[in-house]
Amino acid sequence: MTQTPVIQAQNLDLTFQTNDGPIHALKGVDLEIGKGEFVSFIGPSGCGKTTFLRVIAALEHPTGGTITVNGMTPDEARQKRAYGYVFQAAGLYPWRTIAGNIKLPLEIMGFSRAEQEERVKNVLQLVDLEGFGGKFPWQLSGGMQQRASIARALAFDADILLMDEPFGALDEIVRDHLNEQLLALWARTEKTIGFVTHSIPEAVYLSTKIVVMSPRPGRITDVIDSPLPRERPLDIRDTPEFLEVAHRVREGLRAGHAYD
Amino acid sequence: MSRALPVLTVVAAILALWYAAAVWMNATWTRDQAERAGVELSVSDILTDTMAQERPVLPAPHQVVTELWNTTARKKVTSKRSLVFHGWITLSATLLGFAIGTGAGILLAIGIVHNRAMDMSVMPWAIASQTIPILAIAPMIIVVLNSLGIQGLVPKAIISAYLSFFPVVVGMVKGLRSPDAMQLDLMRTYNASGRESFWKLRLPSSMPYLFTSLKIGIAASLVGAIVGELPTGAIRGLGARMLTGSYYGQTIQIWSALFAAAILAACLVGIVGVLQRVTLKRMGMDQ
Ligand SMILES: Nc1ncnc2c1ncn2[C@@H]1O[C@H](COP(=O)(O)OP(=O)(O)O)[C@@H](O)[C@H]1O
Ligand SMILES: [Mg+2]
Repeated sequence: MTQTPVIQAQNLDLTFQTNDGPIHALKGVDLEIGKGEFVSFIGPSGCGKTTFLRVIAALEHPTGGTITVNGMTPDEARQKRAYGYVFQAAGLYPWRTIAGNIKLPLEIMGFSRAEQEERVKNVLQLVDLEGFGGKFPWQLSGGMQQRASIARALAFDADILLMDEPFGALDEIVRDHLNEQLLALWARTEKTIGFVTHSIPEAVYLSTKIVVMSPRPGRITDVIDSPLPRERPLDIRDTPEFLEVAHRVREGLRAGHAYD
Repeated sequence: MSRALPVLTVVAAILALWYAAAVWMNATWTRDQAERAGVELSVSDILTDTMAQERPVLPAPHQVVTELWNTTARKKVTSKRSLVFHGWITLSATLLGFAIGTGAGILLAIGIVHNRAMDMSVMPWAIASQTIPILAIAPMIIVVLNSLGIQGLVPKAIISAYLSFFPVVVGMVKGLRSPDAMQLDLMRTYNASGRESFWKLRLPSSMPYLFTSLKIGIAASLVGAIVGELPTGAIRGLGARMLTGSYYGQTIQIWSALFAAAILAACLVGIVGVLQRVTLKRMGMDQ
């Protein structure tokens, strides 16, 4: 990972002005994310995880410091379709089929009809939803809907995938399964992934890099480069290496809390 | 059955009250007549007479039903005495007014949602427009249009549109604003333009709100069309039937026109309701 970073934040600040006074959602955030990394953001509610992801996506604009995405400003990067964004809720349009939902960004970005069909087919395969293109969202389970929303974010082939607690609303078993699939998808597509989570095991299982954050002001307290191999069966979660990383994440979260 | 019973009970109670009121209100005339003729009246004489007067203060239900039957099923639809004929006159103004009102309402709502200046300025005027009694405005519209040489269907349709655009504006503004922050953010991540967000997100999201407004709007349109017939001294249309009925004391005619209007309103609202169910079901939005 010595090439130029995909995402580079330097001394990033973001203060929301509210009626109750300023809220320091991000303060002095320095972070580099290299190509092909899987980076998890973990920390208690309100520590700025969502805000940081939104800054990368140019949905929020920092009040201080600099950030580049693929060497550009986040706004320019968005115009170049640098990223796909997956929200906590699948947010599929009920009036469109699964295929229709995946076509939504493709229509907006002006892909030809033939290419749209081709891409829908490919991404449905990628998220293991072949044959469900003609179904409507309500005909699918919550986990399948979330997979469809990932397919939608993948369809235009952005090389960054930003995911804000995408599996937060799903039960443990479905979540394990989706985590496994996400790793497989990451291995196949070599995308750079930014992933927000509340769950320590999820963060450790998925990531090559774990960013531990703490609130008031939102900041990074620890960045852990995972020693785990990229190839990860589910039972890697019982190995000493895994438990050691998990322990360090927990320590980092506790240290952040000591400020309160 | 469990639902039909309360409804039937209420209907029966209304009918009973109605008959009682008819006897009570029409009896005065019966007694006056009898007094003038010097005849003694038994209770049953009063009952019979109050049910069958030609110009009762309050017609009995069966008189209204008979009149409705005679002026619909038993008249040629082209006849001036056919309620179907008059109903059609009113209906055509209603439908044209509804189309104009709905179109104007949707356009105004789009403007309000997309333009700050319109957001600040249009709504107060739209609300003000509805606080002016339609009965005060209707004659002016008719007179002004008449001086421009426009008569007949169009002035009535415009009054009808005046009443129906408002619920559509209110509903559509709410509907176009119904997508939540996440859905709008999703569009932003695609760098979508306002136009694309409108066609692909806001407009489809607004459909449930639109249909609810259309149900109110079509009923308001019908009221507008009828009101539009009153100040013109029109001789055709349900409003004209009510008006001529009141000139000549033809209370049965007034009441049957009133019921024809109510039945027409129910049918129109019902049709919109069916369209609503079919459309939303096809759009997967029928929760
Ligand atoms: N649009 C906003 N306006 C005002 N305050 C906000 C806004 N978005 C987030 N915040 C505040 O910024 C802080 C960080 O929020 P967020 O990034 O959502 O945290 P997390 O995702 O880690 O739970 C919180 O205190 C939150 O209330
Ligand atoms: Mg969050």
